[in-house]
Amino acid sequence: MNITIGIGDLKVCKSPDVLVTYALGSCVGVCLLDATVGVGGLSHVMLPESNPSSAAATPMRFADTALPMLISQMERMGASRSHLTAKIAGGATMFAAASDKFNIGERNLEAVRRFLQSNRIPILAEDVGLDYGRTQFFYPETGIMEIRAAAKGNKQF
Amino acid sequence: MYKNFEELSPIAIDCLQEIGNIGSGNAASSLSAMLSKPVTMHVPKINVLDYQGIIDKVGGPEKIMTAILVTFKGDIKGMMMFLLENAFAQIVVNTFMGKDHIDVIKMDETDSSAVKEMGNIMAGAYLSALGAMAEFTIEMDPPSMTVDMMGALMSAPMATLDEVGEKVLFIDEGFKIDFVNIESNIILIPEMESLDTLMKKLGVN
Repeated sequence: MNITIGIGDLKVCKSPDVLVTYALGSCVGVCLLDATVGVGGLSHVMLPESNPSSAAATPMRFADTALPMLISQMERMGASRSHLTAKIAGGATMFAAASDKFNIGERNLEAVRRFLQSNRIPILAEDVGLDYGRTQFFYPETGIMEIRAAAKGNKQF
Repeated sequence: MYKNFEELSPIAIDCLQEIGNIGSGNAASSLSAMLSKPVTMHVPKINVLDYQGIIDKVGGPEKIMTAILVTFKGDIKGMMMFLLENAFAQIVVNTFMGKDHIDVIKMDETDSSAVKEMGNIMAGAYLSALGAMAEFTIEMDPPSMTVDMMGALMSAPMATLDEVGEKVLFIDEGFKIDFVNIESNIILIPEMESLDTLMKKLGVN
């Protein structure tokens, strides 16, 4: 079964289910896996940091609040934090002439990497940056992340 | 002061609708002059929508669209995104370069700059209508154009979510060039302070 993750949302599943999130631009799709139990999770991170009110209302949008939620949901399905590995995609700069506000892609990537590093979750693969949108599939059964981009076709990581 | 676009009254929406009519009319005549082809506009419809609603309305997250992003400053500040169906790029490239069929996602530099120029002219015509009606000076920053999946394009305006909230002004319009229908949409995100200034100037509270 394919489970779709919307913008600023997150979901977890058990192998052989597949997680998919469409058309990441500056957003970052973070796939986590505990391969020993086949539990996977995907978080579609929109923005790097929450503030107190947004953290309460929409925690799944922000790297700093979404990723801890993703991990605890995976733990409830039997995953252990110490087994987790990550694959990430997105964080593009969609428009060339843009003000600082649009450097959001890079800031999202930084926030995600910082979180993963401080939680000792290794990043096994990434397809990030540049200037195009990406649809991301994650197969917890094999650990493969597949990226579909309009002008570049499909690639597996 | 307004906190978000949902606070706009029906009268305020009508007012923006009227600006939309004039803006679209201006954009159509500029386009017609540049292409030397008849261009007719459908009456635009303005809505206050969230991003998921916009993506669904336009055709889903993976629909490929041409987007022109303009930020503007002056008496009012904000951002505008002009979304065009791929048929638009086809017609522009056909008219100026004489090519029959192009793959819009893989346009070369020359084709892409022709499309960008037309898009810029239309965006400019739209903003100058807004400026003229409110007697405002609006200065456009250099626009940028991207052809990609709808969901990915939305991530640029979505970066303003913290400041203006979940919902933005979405103008559903469309036009006909030489009997070919082209869907187009505008996402308009004035800063809240600017929205206030604009509404006061237009006499709407």
